[in-house]
This record gives sequence, C-alpha cells and structure tokens, in this order.
Amino acid sequence: MESGKRTFVRTLVAVVVVVAAFSAGAFAQAPPVKIGLLATLEGPFAAGGQDSMRGAELAVRQRNGVVAGRKIEIIKASSDAKPDVAVNATRKLVEQDKVDIMVGPLSGSEGIAVKEYSKTQPSITFINGSSGAQATTLVNPSPNFFRFNTDGGQWMVGVGKAALDKGYKKVMVIAEDYAFPYSQVQGFMTEYCKLGGKVPVKAWVPLGGKDYASVIARIPKDVDALAVVLGGADAVNFLNQYEQAGGDKPIIGGSITVSQDILNYKGKRRESLVGTIAGSPIADAYEAPEFKAFVADYKKNFPDGYPSPSLFALVYYINMKATLDGLDIVKGDLSDGQKKYRDALAKMTLKTPVGDVKLDGNRQAIGTTFVTEVVKDSQGNLYNRVLKKIDNVNQTLGVPPSEFKIGSRDEPNCP
Amino acid sequence: MTRAWKVFWALVIGIPILALAAWGLHDNVRLFVITFLNGLTLASLYFIVASGFTLVFGLMRNVNLAHGSLYLLGGYLGYFTAQFTGSWLLALAAGFAAAALVGLAMQVSIFRFMPGQDLRQTMVTIGLSIVIADLLMWAIGAQVHQMSPPPWLDGPIRNLPVIRAYSTYRFSLLPIGIVIGVALWLFLNRTRVGMMIRAGVDDRAMLAAAGVNVNLVFATTFAIGAGLAGFGGVIGAVELSMVPGEDTRLLLASLIVVIVGGMGSVVGAAIGAAIFGLAETYGLAYAPTYSVVFTFVILVLVLAFRPRGILGRPA
Amino acid sequence: MSAANWRRAINVQNPRPLPTSSQASARVAREAGVGRFSFENPVRARHVLVLAFLLAYPWFASPFFTYQIGAQALALGLIALSLTFLGGYGGMISLAQMTVAGIAGYMVAIFGTAATDGVTLGWPWWLAVLLGIVIATGAATFIGWLSVRTEGIYTIMITLAVGVAFYYLVLQNYTVFNGFQGEQKVFPPTLAGMYWRDATPFYYLALFWALAGYLFVVYLVRTPFGIALQGIRDNPRRMHALGFNVTAHRVAAYAVAGAIAAVGGVLFTWYNGLVTPGSVGTHWLINIFVIAVLGGMRHPVGAFLGAIVFVLLQNFAIDVIDRERFNLVIGAVFLAIVLFSRDGLLGWWTALSARLSTQRGATTWKAARGRLYAR
Repeated sequence: MESGKRTFVRTLVAVVVVVAAFSAGAFAQAPPVKIGLLATLEGPFAAGGQDSMRGAELAVRQRNGVVAGRKIEIIKASSDAKPDVAVNATRKLVEQDKVDIMVGPLSGSEGIAVKEYSKTQPSITFINGSSGAQATTLVNPSPNFFRFNTDGGQWMVGVGKAALDKGYKKVMVIAEDYAFPYSQVQGFMTEYCKLGGKVPVKAWVPLGGKDYASVIARIPKDVDALAVVLGGADAVNFLNQYEQAGGDKPIIGGSITVSQDILNYKGKRRESLVGTIAGSPIADAYEAPEFKAFVADYKKNFPDGYPSPSLFALVYYINMKATLDGLDIVKGDLSDGQKKYRDALAKMTLKTPVGDVKLDGNRQAIGTTFVTEVVKDSQGNLYNRVLKKIDNVNQTLGVPPSEFKIGSRDEPNCP
Repeated sequence: MTRAWKVFWALVIGIPILALAAWGLHDNVRLFVITFLNGLTLASLYFIVASGFTLVFGLMRNVNLAHGSLYLLGGYLGYFTAQFTGSWLLALAAGFAAAALVGLAMQVSIFRFMPGQDLRQTMVTIGLSIVIADLLMWAIGAQVHQMSPPPWLDGPIRNLPVIRAYSTYRFSLLPIGIVIGVALWLFLNRTRVGMMIRAGVDDRAMLAAAGVNVNLVFATTFAIGAGLAGFGGVIGAVELSMVPGEDTRLLLASLIVVIVGGMGSVVGAAIGAAIFGLAETYGLAYAPTYSVVFTFVILVLVLAFRPRGILGRPA
Repeated sequence: MSAANWRRAINVQNPRPLPTSSQASARVAREAGVGRFSFENPVRARHVLVLAFLLAYPWFASPFFTYQIGAQALALGLIALSLTFLGGYGGMISLAQMTVAGIAGYMVAIFGTAATDGVTLGWPWWLAVLLGIVIATGAATFIGWLSVRTEGIYTIMITLAVGVAFYYLVLQNYTVFNGFQGEQKVFPPTLAGMYWRDATPFYYLALFWALAGYLFVVYLVRTPFGIALQGIRDNPRRMHALGFNVTAHRVAAYAVAGAIAAVGGVLFTWYNGLVTPGSVGTHWLINIFVIAVLGGMRHPVGAFLGAIVFVLLQNFAIDVIDRERFNLVIGAVFLAIVLFSRDGLLGWWTALSARLSTQRGATTWKAARGRLYAR
C-alpha cells in the first residue's frame, strides 16, 4: 500500500474507534438490562415459537427499547420442545451470556425443567414464556419463577357450561397424550361433569401421530360433540381427515386447536370449523379498546405475521410486559439479588390487553379466560369471537386446593 | 428352512392373527373393516415412498437417509404448484421432477466420487438431510401446509355397505399405489434399463464389464428413486399435511418397510408396507397407547430371525 | 483376563494342543509391535500436556465452561466412546448406544430419588447407580444378541429400531417411566461435604470416568480379546475358521460397549438433572453417531474430540449465525467433515501429520482395505 492510502486507512480506523468509544460512553451511565428470551423455534411448535418472539418483541418496541432509563438488550435462544434442550439453552443464557432476567420457555414440560433450574440460580429472576403445565407452579414451586399467564386448565374454564348450553350432553375426548392436554381436558371436564355432562370415551393419541383414521373410526354414533385437544399439525390433520371421512359432529376445541395458526393453515378454509367453541386466554374479536390497540400494534409492527396475533404472541407479550413493568416500578434497580424486583412482581397488578392479572401465593397468574366461537368474517377469514369472558380464574379452578388433583389420563372421569 | 419348519412358523404367526381378526369382526365389524382399509391405504403411501428407497439401496448399496427430505421437498413444491396452477396432476409431476432433479444432483456431484464407501455415503446423506430440512424451513417457514384434494376426489364416498362412508381421496391411494407398483415392476422386468438395473443389483462389476455405462444407470436409478419420494410427498401433503418433521417420520417408515420386506426388492417393499401399514393402523385403533412400540417390536423380531428381511438379498 | 481364562469363558472347542487361538493372537500382537505396556507405545509429551490441561481446566475456565462445555463434552464423549469401540474396533455400528445410556439414567431415577414420588423407589444412590449400570449392560447384551446376526447397514437399522421402540415405550408408559414428562430432579448425591452437581466437582467426576473409559478401551484393544475382535471386524469367516467363537466375541463387545455407555449415561443424566423420552429419541441416537463420526473412529480419543466440537457448535453456533439457522450450521459442518475427510477430525490429523512427518510409514500402517490396527 502506498503511504497515502495507508494514512487514509489509519485515519478511518481512528475515526471509527473514536466514534465507537463515544457511543459506548453515551450509554455508560446506566448499563443495559439483559433479558434472555427462549422459545421453540424448531420442532413441532416452531410456528408458535415464531409468533411468541413477535409478541415479546412488541412489548419491547412499545417502550422504544428502553425501560427505567436503561437500554433493553434481548438475547434470544431456541429450543425444540425438549426439556433438556431448553435447560441447556437457559443455562447458556444465564451463565454464559449473563442475562439479568430470563423469559421463557414455550411448552409445558420445558417449563417444569426450567423451573427446576431456576432453583439453582436464586439471584436471577425467571418469568414464564407460555408454558402451561399445571405442575410448574402447583408442585414444588420455585421462589424466583413467575408465571403471569394462566395455565392449560384455567384456559378451559367456562367451556363445559357452554357445551351444555349448546346441547352437547355426551362428548368424546380426543387429545394428545401428555401433560398439557391433560390439564385442558381437566379444565373442561371439571365443570362439564359437575353440571351433568357425560364423557363415555377418551382417546389419547401419541404426540405427533399424523394418522387419525383409526381414532375417527372409533367415534361412537351417539356422542353429540368431540372435544379435540390437539395442536399444530395434529389439529390440522385431524380436522382434515375427519371432514374427508364424512364426519359432521360439532367440535369443542382446546386452546391451541382453533388458535390463529390453525385457523390460518395454508389450505382451504374448512367451513366445518365455523361454530366450534373453545376456551382460550385470547379471543381474536374481543372488542375492548386495549385489545384492539394491541392487535393494531401487532399488525403494524409485523406485516408478515398472522392476520391477528396468536395465543403465543399474546402470552409472551403479557409476560414480557410484566418483566418490563416490574423494572419500571423498581426504577431499574436489580441490586441485592433482585429482591426488590421480585417483591414488585409478586405484588403488582398487571394491566394486559385482555384484563388484569395478579399473582397467587405460588407466583401463578389469576387471570381472564374467554369462551370463544369460530366465525367467518366478510373476507372469508376465520376468527374467534367472544361468547363469554370470565375474570379471576385461579389455578385450582374454583375447587378447594386440598381437593384439587392435577389432570391425568384417568382424572377426571365421568363416563 | 425345511417344509416342516415353514408350516410351524406359518401356524405360530397365522393362528393368533386369525383369532384376533375373528374377535375383531365379532366385536365391531365397522371398525374392523374401516381399519383394514385404513391400513391398506396407508400401506400404499408407504410403499410409494419406500419403493424409491429400496431401488436406490438395491442397486447402489446406498442407504439414502435424505429420502425423507426429498419427500418433504416434493410435497412442498407440489403444494405451491397446486396453488399456482390449480391442478393436482401438475403438482404430482412437479413434485416428482423436483425430487428427481435433486436426487440426480446428489448422485452426480457427490456419490459418484465415493464408490463402495457405503458407510461414508450414509453419513453424507445424514448431513444432507439436516441441511435440506433446515433450508426448506428457512424458505417456507414452519407452518402447516395442507394441500387440498382435487375436486373429483374431494369428500366422502357415502352409502357403503358396512362402513357407511369413507374418504374418497384416501380410498384412491389404493389404486395409485397399485398402479405405481405395477409400473415399477414392468419397468424393472420388461425394459432394457430395468434389465440393466437388475443385473447391476446382482453383480455390479459384471455389468460394467459388459460395457454398460454404469454411472448413467446409477444416475437414472437414483433420480427415479428420489422422484418416487417426491411423488409420495405430494400425495402425503393432501392426506397427512406438510410440516417440518415429516421427513424423519416418513424416513423411519420407509426404513421399516424396506427392512421388513427386504432391501433391494420391490415386491418385498410391497409386502413390508402392507405388514407395517396394517400393524400401525390396527395398533392405533385397538391399542393406541403402545401401538408404535408394537410396530417396532415387529421390526426387531423380523430382523432378529430373518436378518435380510422377508425377501431380502445379502448386502 | 488371562488368555486361558478367556478361552474357557467363550468355550472355544480346542481338543488338540495346537497353537491356540490366544497364542496365535498374542504372536500376531507381538509381531505387530503392540504390547500391553511395551516401549513401542510410550507416553508422549502431548499426552502429558493434554492431561495437565484437563486437570487444570476448572481453574481458569468459568463455571459455565466447566460445566456446560467441559463436563457435558466428557459425558457425551464417554457415550460416543462406546460407539467408537463397537464401531471402530468391532465393525458394528450401533445406534442404540444412547438407548443404553438412557436405560441407565432411567434406572437411576426409578431406583433412586426423582421428582415424581409415585414411580421412584428412593433407594440409596450408590445402589441405584449400580443397578442402573448392571441393568443397562444387560440390556446392551440383549440388543447385541438381537443384532449379532446382522451386518453393516442392517445392524444400523435394527439398533435404530430398538432405540425408537424404547423411545415410544418410555413415552407412552406412565406407571414405570412417567411418560412424556420423564424423570426430573435426578441429581448426584452430596458426598464428603461436596455437592457433586456443582461445576467443579462434577467436572472432575466426569473427567475421572472419561479417563477411566478411555484407558480401558486403549488397554482392551491390545488384549487377545481386542485383537480377536478386530480380526472379526475384518474377516469373520477366517476367524471362525481359526476357531474363534465369532458370535460370543460380538455379544461380549456389545456388553462392554454397553457398560461404557451406561456409565456415560448416568453422568449425562446427572448433568441434565433429568431423563425424558426426548433424551433417548431419534434425534439423540443420531447425535451420538454424528459425534463419533465427527471425531473419527480410528482411535478412542476421536469420541471426545467429536463431543467437544458438537458441544461447542450446539452452544455457540447460535451466536455465529441467525438464531434459527444453527441446525444448518451443524449439518453443514458435519457434511464438510464427512465429505472431505476419510475419518473425521482424526483423519485430518493423521493426514496432516503424515504430510509433515519425514518418516513415511512409521506413524501408521494400514491393511489393504484401509483399516487401522490397534496402535
């Protein structure tokens, strides 16, 4: 290099270094707050995971990336709905990337594993993503694990009564064989059985099984409706195969059976879904102004997202908002093992687009559940309208805690 | 195996199956017959995908573990073609062609340079399957893609004698599978190229010594095998939908079908597909909790006592 | 074990006192210049350096690196070592090694303490670990007995099938294995005042067993049994003609590999603090295979090399490339190593050192088919 060019390059480098030093110095007053964000970006819930990231990011963007005078730094990680992968990813975020607060994970069994890990890191605060297993906060809860979303069982409160109102006296349950559907079925059946409904058959299908022809063949002639608690691709397959086989019984959906990512699957809109009732923490057509503002914000920020935010987006949004609101209350003070922050989280009333959320003694949310019905709008898109809104749903679903049993294959039962 | 032993095994396996079938018919005829149809149609799909796999292994001793990714690729491309043109038949052709092209590329650019290194080829296909699956997810996203059947195959066939109604599309899988099977058999047994392939399966060196362009034969076979996977993908996109993760599932199914039936044999693939499809659907219908375990136990037993599969040839 | 004991144990029929199989193999071993502690295989400077580095590692590495990178790599490496032994020296590629490791983990959880009280027995930890290893080794022997008549790709398939069958069994069964949830809170004990799941104690625990496994394999492949196994790998028919019981050797190899995988499995379960169906699913079965191939199957150290690369990629690929594309990175790296090297990282190392060394033929010598004898 000739000397002229060399000088030029050196000057350029010097300028860059100086500018960098200044920009670093500009934020030297208050260090950024590092928040780890974990969702399933691979595997069966990948589509839900993508939307959950959007929801969390929306909460950050609404504050322009700053909270209590500190810049928000989000470090993302991915899992594939396996507990060991989730714990490894969390451990990396906490111990290697040194995040101050951890938000996640997405799926139920991951949540239980991350809760166990949180007990080994008492000075970091863990806030749930969207995992909805009951055991996470009901069995051996962790003092620094907070869940601002209601769990799978809470999401189905009200559906039992709505089903009987529609005249479904006998229902067959078709659900995946693991903890989250157990909690959903329990949430549905606790009320349904108490009010006199009957569930003669429960079909538990392996997770990820795609061929529902055999289950469909087992549907008895005399049931009035099917309670279908399947998610993702399983739900799409079942609905498709059921219609192709000539089935026409109405469907009662679990929370992820008729969520936006299913209603929007790439394929012909299934007319048969219209009229399906379900229980969910979100209702696409909820009229409250806060919710409409939330939906508008989502659409503006993410033009490539769904027509309406999904359950995952809303729940991650709620938890991230709680994280940031808490930081606001303590003015960004995370000292002393984050004690003040945790106290603030435990005591605060969180304002969400769907209502207020408070935490119970196990740091579990007491919140709002919607009973929804699928309808078609003028453009032919399917969405969920609100049949009923139930506030202050707690984790034991109104049953005294001593009598409450976590959902399993055989509990509850009313053939 | 002596005749006496053959009779013995036929009885040991056959009698329990007949007894169970009799019980099933007595218990709920409709369920039994529907499950039988479900099993056969599922077997058809498995056969179509597995036949490509066994063709490639039989000739080139190449266990193409990227077969599932080719299924996925064909399925997605078929879906988009159907969206664009509205024709299911065009989608089938597109799925076949896309997978065949990719398979051809793999053979010509990678496997041709590793003759005889079976294990290394297998490992390369594992790497390729991971890469292809992730590229597809990057390009297309993680959402479920459900293809619709063509209008003339849509909806149920009603007013059937015992079973009342059955999905038209699903039922059509059976003739499709049979047509493919017969076409494949004719290709292998009645054409010159098929004759070369069969000769190559028996003795590769002799084939080359006889003056045949072995590389061309290999490339053609790989392309056909991959194309069949893509074709199966388009069919599966309607029946079972396309989502990341389907590739591993169909790959596992193809492996089981081909191993039970015998590697390198198309008739074996048909038999293996029938056994596996029926076992899986009957398991799901009558004992869903452990159905998948049973199917794998069947595979393990077959392999333990007939290591080459039912109609297999030595490796 | 002495040669005579070994012969008795495998029941080789040898009525005439001709040169026995063990004498023959011992002579082969001598001629090949390998002995148990011969001077042809001294402890080199690089061995000392690596050992010193491993021992001193926790003192300069952060707890995260000690635990999540170091200890995890050692535990995974031990499981992959079982596959390297079985595949590299025995010629039998088994995809069920992670299954065996998972069985050991599940047994430790079931017989010991875990989160779900209904399915665990709560026996003392040492009893649970012992039972876990014994049962897992038994399972490995059973898998070996099933697979022993298969060869090459068929062995891969049958072991994969066994692995997937086990996965679905533990996924669907709730009474013993607790289904999808698996066993949580499976932790090592607190002994001698130390909680063995803390970063540094656990790292040394893993290092101890990894070294033990490594040295064991290095020793084993030079014994008459090991040499016979390699002979069986290369030409089973000839070995059978020489009077070796090929089936017994193979099943024994599965058992030995199973024991190694079982120890690795206990460590890996303690590392994760849980064992679930996902830990023994197809994904992990293939991962162990990838690790063993990445490092190279010609020498036991390859398993640990592969494990280190794998763990580093798993943790840091996500920083190098967009969050969601790290599967692509792992796949591409694996593909590159398989395409451009004959035997993984060790293959590159050997090629490099052969090119750099001035003495041709002194470092390695290969049989006609490109395989390596124990060195």
